[in-house]
Amino acid sequence: MPVSRLLMSRVRGVRLQTHVYGWLLLLPAAVLLVTFTHYPTVATVIQSFFSTAKGTRAAEFVGLENYQFMLEDDLFWQVLGNNVVFALGTIPASIALAMLMAMLVNESIPGRGLARMAYFTPTILPMVAVANIWLFFYTPDYGLLDQIRGLFGFGSHNWLGDPNTVMGCIIVMTIWKEAGFFMIFYLAALQAIPPELREATMLEGAGKWYYFRRVVFPLLMPTTVFVLVNAVINSFKLVDQLFILTKGGPDNASNLLLYYIYQVAFDYWDTAAAATLTVVLLAILVTASVSQFYFLERRTHYQ
Amino acid sequence: MMQQSYYSLGRLTEIIGTWLLAILWALPLLYAFWSAFHPAEFSTRFDLLAPLTLKNFANAWGVAPFPRYFLNTFVLVTMILVAQFIICTLAAYAFVRFAFLGREVVFVLVLVQLMIMPDVLIVENYRIMSAFGLVDTILAIGLPYMASAFGIFLLRQTFKTVPKELEEAARVEGASTMQILWKVYIPLARPVYLAYGLVSVSYHWNNFLWPLVITNSVETRPLTVGLAIFAAPESGVDWSIITAGTLLAVAPLLIAFLLFQRQFVQSFMRAGIK
Repeated sequence: MPVSRLLMSRVRGVRLQTHVYGWLLLLPAAVLLVTFTHYPTVATVIQSFFSTAKGTRAAEFVGLENYQFMLEDDLFWQVLGNNVVFALGTIPASIALAMLMAMLVNESIPGRGLARMAYFTPTILPMVAVANIWLFFYTPDYGLLDQIRGLFGFGSHNWLGDPNTVMGCIIVMTIWKEAGFFMIFYLAALQAIPPELREATMLEGAGKWYYFRRVVFPLLMPTTVFVLVNAVINSFKLVDQLFILTKGGPDNASNLLLYYIYQVAFDYWDTAAAATLTVVLLAILVTASVSQFYFLERRTHYQ
Repeated sequence: MMQQSYYSLGRLTEIIGTWLLAILWALPLLYAFWSAFHPAEFSTRFDLLAPLTLKNFANAWGVAPFPRYFLNTFVLVTMILVAQFIICTLAAYAFVRFAFLGREVVFVLVLVQLMIMPDVLIVENYRIMSAFGLVDTILAIGLPYMASAFGIFLLRQTFKTVPKELEEAARVEGASTMQILWKVYIPLARPVYLAYGLVSVSYHWNNFLWPLVITNSVETRPLTVGLAIFAAPESGVDWSIITAGTLLAVAPLLIAFLLFQRQFVQSFMRAGIK
């Protein structure tokens, strides 16, 4: 460390040396964070107040015009609505399944190692690969789903081509992909519950359901908040599956906010509109994270 | 007696429930294996005597430049991991060991990245990469993720638990500040590095949106983006070949996971709890 040696010998006094050393160590991280997180965040907000530069015409300040356009855009509301449906469809189901899976594999059941592996494996697969596999299930006629329905005498159905079923298909696939990931956190939390609690509850003649409702569930609450917030964030930032399955279609029935941002920015090259939409997405993500902080700080003080 | 039989009935339900759910969860992947290892005409015909074949894999390997995609992903994941280890270690050490001016404020500014991940800043980051002339480079895919707030936070929490006495002992023996980091802090944080490394590798092996935005050639595209192009309906590739290609793309991570299942699960746990 020749540079640091030099600094140490030059700078007299411990206090200044501490500041310099601290900042030097932090420098690479600080530069990268400012360049690729803080600056683009601020730039996005600024960009949302300017028009898109076209040809020779430079971007000019337009005040809240971009926001006005966005709020008047039916597609924006449709996409936001889709995203809410997607979140409500995936989150409660994934969390309930995750909790159930964790409790099942936390018991001493024969084959629980295999079961845990089955639950967790989708987590380590790329969403694109998962979508590739599921695409075939949903294919009309040939697809597995239609083949199974065919056995019961039902006709074929274009699952991803029908606005009424497309969101359901994406939701089911996402639950399959995510539940095992959330299970891990519940498993960790369950293992932290002292076994005496269970024995004590059982000694008092209470059943398993009572033990779950009155002891386990409340103790899992901090985990549930953590998982819930992460699930909300994921439902707004994970849109890879749309590239494979639907491209947001049919007729935007499965379009989600981040995918819409991608389309606006890289298909239509309307950077002002994309920035305005990104501000909405950032607001949602920040609200989710801050509420986690707020809830966890207030509810748990054990660490 | 009643109590006993009631209990075992409940237990039986638990066992059957666990297995049914596990089979349901394993089905999509098992199906992918079935389809990839059998000729196309058996894609939806489940005949135990169906002939096994590796032809789909050979075809997939030939249809798309998979070797190049593998190389790109390997370079990308390694580059990000090495950079994250170095950058996050130095930053975490700074936060733990040095009461420098503005430490608290800077730490909060670092945590901002936990809320606003690079994944959602694709539009502005694309503009920045254009300004740097880095569009369509592997470096550009990795850069926004190298200073990871998550990694800094995780290592800072770990470094905080290093006993002061160990550091004092090293100092008495004449170790410099950097030697203390190297000889005391990093060895004690080894399990955390393993956990963080596994989470980071799986994340970036699987990452899709930003690489899709910032790359546009075979020489830079990672596996996920290559896979998406290869499997697009327009490419007209046979179903069994697509599943074979998909399995090829996930194979390294899947095999690593099956071999080191415990470490993977514990890593994700550790990373989530801190």
